[in-house]
Amino acid sequence: MSGKPRLIYLNGRGRMESIRWLLAAAGVEFEEVYLETKEHFEKLIKDGSLLFQQVPLVEIDGMKMVQTRAIMSYIAGKYNLYGKDLKERALIDMYVEGISDLMQMILMFPFSPPDAKEKNLESIKERATNRYFPVFEKVLKQHGQDFLVGNKFSWADVQLMEAILAVEEKVPDVLSGFPQLQVFKTKMSNMPTIKKFLQPGSPRKPPPDAHYVETVLKIFKI
Amino acid sequence: MSTKPKLYYFDGRGKMESIRWLLAAAGVEFEEEFLETRDQYEKLLQGGSLLFQQVPLVEMDGMKMVQTRAILSYIAAKYNLYGKDLKERALIDMYVGGTDDLMGFILMFPFLSAEDKEKQRALIVQKATGRYFPVYEKVLKDHGQDFLVGNSFSWADVHLLEAILMVEEKKSDVLSGFPQLQAFKARISSIPAIKKFLEPGSQRKPVPDDKYVETVRRVLRMYYDVKAN
Repeated sequence: MSGKPRLIYLNGRGRMESIRWLLAAAGVEFEEVYLETKEHFEKLIKDGSLLFQQVPLVEIDGMKMVQTRAIMSYIAGKYNLYGKDLKERALIDMYVEGISDLMQMILMFPFSPPDAKEKNLESIKERATNRYFPVFEKVLKQHGQDFLVGNKFSWADVQLMEAILAVEEKVPDVLSGFPQLQVFKTKMSNMPTIKKFLQPGSPRKPPPDAHYVETVLKIFKI
Repeated sequence: MSTKPKLYYFDGRGKMESIRWLLAAAGVEFEEEFLETRDQYEKLLQGGSLLFQQVPLVEMDGMKMVQTRAILSYIAAKYNLYGKDLKERALIDMYVGGTDDLMGFILMFPFLSAEDKEKQRALIVQKATGRYFPVYEKVLKDHGQDFLVGNSFSWADVHLLEAILMVEEKKSDVLSGFPQLQAFKARISSIPAIKKFLEPGSQRKPVPDDKYVETVRRVLRMYYDVKAN
């Protein structure tokens, strides 16, 4: 039996992608099982593997973990990506939660009705440039350090990096007003574990396409 | 200067209520400043107090904390309501994630149209009895202990009690199929700090009414057209 964490989800980004990013950034190898049919999902529920009948599911350290945030907090805590004390953890939590609100908009975007897509894209751009990116631009400018919290690589840096790339896929010049974030992005890209994750053939998943949306709707019967 | 935490929010439940519950359960006294006008909100914004331009805001230990989950995690850890190790924390996080999702269905309820409210009420009851309550019923039954995690009072217990009471406000007999949860509710309610919070005159807020909805809409200039899940 492998000691590696095992991720159970669809073969696509969704809510599991942030977990893939964090494990990869921590240098942790993992296995993946892809849900492709409704029957497979229903079997997982029947087996009692899914505490609240939902995925993501991550089997790690003898636990069947669900709830994305719980999973990420555990990984961050285990691999020392959660700051050195309660106050640093609070900062990381605040930053991660803010970014997660932005990521939620991106998560839902492929499922918007066609006539709402343009408006939703505008919202993503507006929030990124007016609410979220300015905060991290300012944080980095004020302390002049490489990392968001405590002069040390943490979950917050990984989450911000993921968000920057995700928004850039939709709004390619989104970082044009954010010189600190441009430098941050380059620095993160050059960190060995992240660099590896950004290369072809890594577990990183491509942007959601029509097939992914169709699979989600089919499996979860939305 | 007071060293008590200070909560900035509307005079109503919303996202701040879970924070009030947790502070109260931890026996921590706190102050509140209620947002009643757009001006107050803009003043907070211009003052740079709101990291992401949003409330809740909790000033504590020299920090201006935002993001409900971050605030709750900090309070839980500070007051030893977060388990004894990483694995207990993971369980607490999972359980709280579930009750948070359940309370999420109730959070937007006051903002719905009358017709949508009826549909949402049915959805809340269905989720509570079909998805969430059975999980906690089983956890309590399987280990036979008083508390959800590690035989020790934690954030997970506080959050579950809050969720139970909120769902009961929508359907008073919703616990009828859940004997463990009925016993849990009685037990946790009788913990002195919680008992005090449940008494009239505490900082616990009532079920949101039209005045609350009107205030939120006016202050935030949002949530005018909220659709059901």
